[in-house]
Amino acid sequence: MRRTELGSWIAVAVVLAGLAVPWFLWGSATVVAGLPVWLWWHVGWMGLTSVVFWVFTQRAWGIGIETAEDSSESPERADPEQRTTLGGDSP
Amino acid sequence: MRAVTLQVTIIVGYLLLALGVGLVAYRLTDRTAEDFYLASRTLGTVVLLFTTFATLLSAFTFFAGPNIAYAQGPEWILVMGLMDGIIFAVLWYVIGYKQWLLGQRFGYVTLGEMLGDRFGSRWLRGLVAGVSLLWLFPYVMLQQVGAGTALEALTEGAISYAVGAGLITAFMILYVVVAGMRGIAWTDTLQGAFMLITTWVALLWVLAAVGGPGAATEALASNPDTDGFLSLGSDYYTVPWILSTAITIGFGVAMFPQVNQRFFAAGSKTVLKRSFALWPILCVLLFVPSFMLGTWAAGLEVAVPEGANVLPLVLAEYTPTWFAALVIAGAMAAMMSSSDSMLLSGSSYFTRDLYRPFVERDLSDRREDLLARGGVVVFASAAFVGSLLEPAGLFELGEAAFSGFAQLALPVLLALYWRKITRAGITAGVLLSQLFYILSLFFTFVPGSYAGWTAGIVGMGLGLVVTVVVSLLTSPAAAERRAIYFDRLGAD
Repeated sequence: MRRTELGSWIAVAVVLAGLAVPWFLWGSATVVAGLPVWLWWHVGWMGLTSVVFWVFTQRAWGIGIETAEDSSESPERADPEQRTTLGGDSP
Repeated sequence: MRAVTLQVTIIVGYLLLALGVGLVAYRLTDRTAEDFYLASRTLGTVVLLFTTFATLLSAFTFFAGPNIAYAQGPEWILVMGLMDGIIFAVLWYVIGYKQWLLGQRFGYVTLGEMLGDRFGSRWLRGLVAGVSLLWLFPYVMLQQVGAGTALEALTEGAISYAVGAGLITAFMILYVVVAGMRGIAWTDTLQGAFMLITTWVALLWVLAAVGGPGAATEALASNPDTDGFLSLGSDYYTVPWILSTAITIGFGVAMFPQVNQRFFAAGSKTVLKRSFALWPILCVLLFVPSFMLGTWAAGLEVAVPEGANVLPLVLAEYTPTWFAALVIAGAMAAMMSSSDSMLLSGSSYFTRDLYRPFVERDLSDRREDLLARGGVVVFASAAFVGSLLEPAGLFELGEAAFSGFAQLALPVLLALYWRKITRAGITAGVLLSQLFYILSLFFTFVPGSYAGWTAGIVGMGLGLVVTVVVSLLTSPAAAERRAIYFDRLGAD
């Protein structure tokens, strides 16, 4: 189950990278609203990428990296007092 | 002369502002190496995002990049978007998040330290640091050369090249030594925001002057020298070239010490998540305006003499002097925000991975902190001397640094995700790919291009194959801790 999910996210990453350059518009010089249409594609695609990345952070972050069964284990570092910021977020 | 005075005032004013930020950061620092190098792993979203962003963007975004767009068309935007916005962002998760977790758990500060611990080898640790410094040093030198040249050009020779480069170096030493990572991250945030805003104002200003993007693009299309710029692809921008460049640089960026080290510095998982999602948008926001300005300048027939940069000339033509100087200050900011972080990381690689394991093993925390600051001074001064002497060979290394670092990426990825990798495997993979790539730079018997694909990407493939094959043929050394990258990993 987790494996299929991981596979799907890898496929998503490959598609996102693969179409950042609109290969199907190779040689096209059509201009829309002052910019080549291939540049508009790129700008839109990067926007879409950001949205997909955000969805990834909400739904699948940790996949392929965290070992889920015992992620509640406390870390084993020498100086635990330095870790108080963990989990908090100070911009 | 008035223009020069104004320009110098703006740049010096900017330098003093950054120093002020550094001093405020100094008041908050602990006197430990971890705080100096990583701000005690406490960076928040905005600061981490902008410090990585500003660190990543050297003067290329303002000078070399628009120059290429001016000469060859705007397709570089696609290369930048793919490599920085997507490939690097994916590595931000795949390499960065895992490194961050490991750093939280075992207290790693450098990449070499992380690998050395896993493979039970201080030699591997030293090798990774040595290879990194080999590429980092000339790259820092190039930034100083850039700063010296830009200041000399801006002031029409009133500030000589040597004085300009020296001034920037002295200033960087001062605030890196004083402020460490926290100060750098804060000034980077300032610099990143400053770059973004000035670039957009510059774009809108120039477009308003020439009658909007439609008119500017029409000028490109109707000029016989540049009418090919609008169609995607050219003899320069071929498919293998775009892919080679985007992949090698994207992977190279993740191995650049000052970027890689930021993977350890995030304050929390949330910080990493937010930065990851915002990354592609941030890249588009900066690269589209700066590269389109260079491209449009070609259609508007802004004359660029040999060796000059197009962006300052476009600004000089269409915007007031004070604003052009402000953007040049922004470019200086870009240059310095990369160099300062490189000095800090270079110093940490040297003290932690070379000096401590091989010279003085029982180094106290306090003494390491002092040594680290001393390392910054030595590293910066040596690079400055290099920028004055400009010895043959160093330039080639600096120009090739991204591809050089990219050679490290696949062995490191294998180390992070493949349980069967051995010490012999990763060592052979790192050594051979480095050797191959360096030979391709300096000797003709190793070609630089393979059917349009660069030696950089071929070297990455070689490193991957060698690491896998040697790992399968050898058994792990007794000191290797094979499970530490896999067991009980999770930050909640």
